[in-house]
Amino acid sequence: MMASGLSAVVAELALSEALWRIVWLRDYNTRIVLLGTVLLGLAAGQLGVYLLLRRRVLIGDAISHATLPGVAIAFLWSVSLGQEKSLGLLLFGAAVSGSLGGMAVLFLRHAAKIREDAALGIVLSVFFGAGVVLLSIAQQSGGNAAGLESFIYGKAAAMTSEDVWLCGAAAAVVFLTTGLLGKELRILCFDSELARSQGWPVLLLDALLIGLVVVVTVVGLQAVGLILIIALLVTPASSARFWTHDLRLMLPLSAVLGAISCTAGTIASATVDKLPSGAAIVLAACALFMVSFAFGTQRGVWWRLTRMWELRREQDEQHLLRAMVEHLEARAALPSLTGELKSSEPVELASLIQERNWPLHKVRRWAIRLSQKNLVVFSGDGRLQLTPRGLLRAVEYVREHRLLERYLMERASAHVSQADREADYLEHGLLPEHLAELSDALHEKVPQLPPNPHPHDIEPTADSK
Amino acid sequence: MLFNQTSSTAAAIETPACELLVERPLSVRDVTVAYHRKPVLWNLSLDIPARSLVGIVGPNGAGKSTLLKTVVDMVPRISGEVQVFGQRYSKARSRVAYVPQRETVDWDFPATALDVVQMGTYGQLGWFRRAGQAERQRALEALRQMEIEHLATRQISQLSGGQQQRTFLARALVQRADLYLMDEPFAAVDASTERAIVTLMRVLQTQGKTILVVHHDLHTVPSYFDYLVLLNTRLVAAGPTSEVFTEDNLQKTYGGKLTLLEEVGEAMRLRDGGSP
Repeated sequence: MMASGLSAVVAELALSEALWRIVWLRDYNTRIVLLGTVLLGLAAGQLGVYLLLRRRVLIGDAISHATLPGVAIAFLWSVSLGQEKSLGLLLFGAAVSGSLGGMAVLFLRHAAKIREDAALGIVLSVFFGAGVVLLSIAQQSGGNAAGLESFIYGKAAAMTSEDVWLCGAAAAVVFLTTGLLGKELRILCFDSELARSQGWPVLLLDALLIGLVVVVTVVGLQAVGLILIIALLVTPASSARFWTHDLRLMLPLSAVLGAISCTAGTIASATVDKLPSGAAIVLAACALFMVSFAFGTQRGVWWRLTRMWELRREQDEQHLLRAMVEHLEARAALPSLTGELKSSEPVELASLIQERNWPLHKVRRWAIRLSQKNLVVFSGDGRLQLTPRGLLRAVEYVREHRLLERYLMERASAHVSQADREADYLEHGLLPEHLAELSDALHEKVPQLPPNPHPHDIEPTADSK
Repeated sequence: MLFNQTSSTAAAIETPACELLVERPLSVRDVTVAYHRKPVLWNLSLDIPARSLVGIVGPNGAGKSTLLKTVVDMVPRISGEVQVFGQRYSKARSRVAYVPQRETVDWDFPATALDVVQMGTYGQLGWFRRAGQAERQRALEALRQMEIEHLATRQISQLSGGQQQRTFLARALVQRADLYLMDEPFAAVDASTERAIVTLMRVLQTQGKTILVVHHDLHTVPSYFDYLVLLNTRLVAAGPTSEVFTEDNLQKTYGGKLTLLEEVGEAMRLRDGGSP
């Protein structure tokens, strides 16, 4: 009991010690690996934005899977020559067969007239299948095939300074190209027809984009692996879209998100035993995606919901204010709007509920919120009083509502019985310019309360008889 | 009757000497286009007079959009020749503005209306050069002309259909072209946008430009266009609207499939030695 507790503590200490060493980049190896994956993440994030916007994500996936036979063939070749495997040769093989895979997709789609999803499915699985077969041959070939599987799942820890140079070169190529061709890639992604009509070589630009994908994929094989590299290309870009509507911001944001994912994933895989770095990086990217999806300021679910709730609350409050004005108006008790403004007479919550058929608990909630905004005074005994500010605001709402009602009845020939309802729906969406137009159209120049065109509120109630 | 012709005798049109002095914005000779072996345009010959406002009408699949795409070298021709201002399109590119259908692009793209309009200037900028202050001013001017200057910084997904179409036309305006090719600019736009587009086309025409518009609403044809192309894979008729917008031509254009079959049947009977 004691012993096991102690060993757990020791293990934890060892873990935190390991984490500490990694976070502070104590080891040369950690520094190398982190630097390499961060460069890779930056490049993949930047490039992924264009891949996403050009809708070429799945081609990227086909390409990455298609790299496997190239790796295996390059290995077999070097074995047959009696040499040790060299990384350069392996990556060269990957690039060649990845490009072939991409071209196979294009060929199947354009020459053989096979639909794109089918073409992608065929190429991806056939190339990957061939790769697996060749890999098993390679493992029986007698050469040192030990590191080859790391190309499938990724093993960042195996990175050397040579790999970091490769990552740096790939990042440089990606940033240089996308920096120089920002305008060309933008028009390609948004409107390739316009691009073509202006004489841009669309095919060449597409080929360039795919070429960059091949570069990033091949360089990322070691760290992320061919199965998951596509996630590193797509996920940061998709996450960035939740935060901005501007391509100029989306690009650096996506690059940074890619770098963060790589940092987090690399640290996790270095800390936890046998955690493949590719999976860890992708999971980190996925976590960032979920945060962006939920809280992204432009499209995040949270902000959209809050905006909707706010709008609903505002509508309810407008309805209550309007009900109060109409209640007072029906009893000729509306305070004068000229001269110094006074608070209105108190209105019974109960009579409002009776007139409008609103449930009590909701009306109470609205009343409390309005009183927090100092638009009404809500006394404990269920009576509401408009403050001078509340009165002004309420009269403005009523004016909007009635302008719209009259407009609907006079110009849109809405029936009297529909106009109030329709106006209810429409009034909350009105912008100031709409209102100005409405009052112009109805020759309603004076900002005064127009008469109620609709009789539904004026039915005498018990207390006014 | 100068520009009046029918498809079956789509020979080159006689051009009077005085007309030669004015550049012909568009001349199409014996053009055939096919997608997957299915002909979309068949042996089409067409000459568009300068400074005209041209409507292109015809049923779905008649090749209206393909005609515009053929002009801008976007689809491969099986045969025939297209000349824009007397030159190949690749030589006259800077004088042509093509406006694709609104639905062909992803309006969710991260860009503002101003960004989209500036794309119109990219062709003249050439490789590597970025759009600068001058391009920005031109784009704003075009937005102003389309009466949506206040929407310049708005994200394009938040524009209404009509506003998106205005953005597209503003983008064509900054190209400062002499020949405008518009693919269904009136599709699903509100009445005020439609009016704005018509006004724009008239203004361009008075500036000496030529405008080709793929159009669907036959009711507005006589009031919008002074020149009309009736198309159903083959050219049915082309000429001043007042001359070619006839019931007979419309019947040939829209009821064309039946008529075509009858013609083929007739020809086969004759070939087989039967009596007509």
